[in-house]
Amino acid sequence: MIPYLKKLTQLIQGIPLWQKLPSLIICFLIALPLNATPEQDQAAFRKHYQQRFPKLKLTDYANGVYAIDEIARQSWSAIEEFPPYETAIEEGKKLFNTAFPNGKHYADCFPHKGLGISNEYPKWSKTQGKIVTLARAINDCRTKQQESALPYEKGNMVNLLAYLAYTSRGKAINVNIPKDSPGALSAYEQGKAFYYQRHGQLNFSCATCHIQNAGKKLRSEILSASLGHTNNWPTYRLKWGEMGSLHRRFAECLTQIKAKPFPEQSVEFRNLEYFLSYMGNGVPISGPSTRK
Amino acid sequence: MKTIITLVFLALLSCTSTTKMPEQTFNPGKQIAFSRDKGNCLACHAIKDGESPGNIGPALKNLSTRFKNKQQLREQIWDATQFNPETSMPPFGKNKILSENEIDQVVDYLWGLK
Ligand code: HEC
Ligand code: HEC
Repeated sequence: MIPYLKKLTQLIQGIPLWQKLPSLIICFLIALPLNATPEQDQAAFRKHYQQRFPKLKLTDYANGVYAIDEIARQSWSAIEEFPPYETAIEEGKKLFNTAFPNGKHYADCFPHKGLGISNEYPKWSKTQGKIVTLARAINDCRTKQQESALPYEKGNMVNLLAYLAYTSRGKAINVNIPKDSPGALSAYEQGKAFYYQRHGQLNFSCATCHIQNAGKKLRSEILSASLGHTNNWPTYRLKWGEMGSLHRRFAECLTQIKAKPFPEQSVEFRNLEYFLSYMGNGVPISGPSTRK
Repeated sequence: MKTIITLVFLALLSCTSTTKMPEQTFNPGKQIAFSRDKGNCLACHAIKDGESPGNIGPALKNLSTRFKNKQQLREQIWDATQFNPETSMPPFGKNKILSENEIDQVVDYLWGLK
């Protein structure tokens, strides 16, 4: 909250007051109210989409844009019958079950041997004082076992995540903001602020496209709802011709609006993922998945 | 297997085919409005001759009945947030997405559209 206000103040400094007013008003109109609790934010977020897409159930949002784009959904369902992410799951499983040189396994680092836990991430880590995504937790595990960290965007890391998501399929996203950790709430608030802030030369916020215009067409591309935006990762995209991470997709949306993308697993993207995951609580994991 | 994936994906992609410009006399304003790395107005607006437009904003036609004069139309394009702080439309002039001269050319072109 405080860092958000600081950022906002920085942003609007040097702008004459009469020009400042409209942008201040936007923050309060489109954005969820600054002083709302996460529970209130979540209720408002869902209500918006319920009103826009009255036929959709919460679980339908697991399918991203294909929940609302009937035509594209048909070809997508056909792809899902011979999924191009199958090799990633197999590779990931092999990696996951291979012992480190010290004899330990990934399974030793996680509750439930690491299976069926993707829906619980990202988490606030009290000891580290920051948001830990599952990708981060995998690298923390490697470091603990004296192994070097894996790059995040694609390759082995994404294969590991694909396998872990696969073992978590159907489980509802279940991310919480512990009441006894003000740092967790602050990370959430920063993620929320990032989501509603306008970015880049084209001056869009994530909300401009995925809330205000969800279901409408940008050129011939229907815009998806942000509800469940974190549930289908990692994902095979034709555009990439390979599997990729959620943060890679964040970066691509920012690049499209001529904004500076942040690095994979940066604090900005981890907090954004935390906010979006909390908004998507209850949407089942469907990763790994396929998208255009 | 791979071929099937590729074919189905291509079918998906074909829905997002790029806009071909019909052959005709060169109109700089139109080219700026249609070009993806200039105005890209078709991303949000239907415009005569424009293929697969988006539907975020209203169709751009009969603007001379919507705006008092060209200057007013120009202001909408220069910075739409002046009139609607919540607008989805990028501020083409204010954020220097288009040059002043390019905006004039787009205005000239749009003003004539019925
Ligand atoms: C100019 C419009 C625009 C903006 C702004 C934008 N996006 Fe997107 N986004 C798209 C389009 C188009 C797609 C592909 C179709 C779809 O799934 O909505 C997409 C896809 C996504 C996806 C993939 C969804 C899936 O099911 O695989 C995520 C996640 C996402 N956006 C998050 C964001 C975030 C976070 C921001 C802000 C940092 C953002 N977007 C800003 C247009 C935008
Ligand atoms: C990402 C979306 C988007 C893009 C790109 C966009 N617009 Fe718009 N435009 C809108 C929306 C939404 C409106 C409706 C009014 C508002 O929200 O300001 C609008 C309104 C307008 C209007 C007023 C129309 C009326 O009848 O009131 C004009 C003129 C216009 N746009 C011209 C353009 C031109 C020219 C370009 C390209 C150089 C462009 N727009 C690009 C979203 C967009």
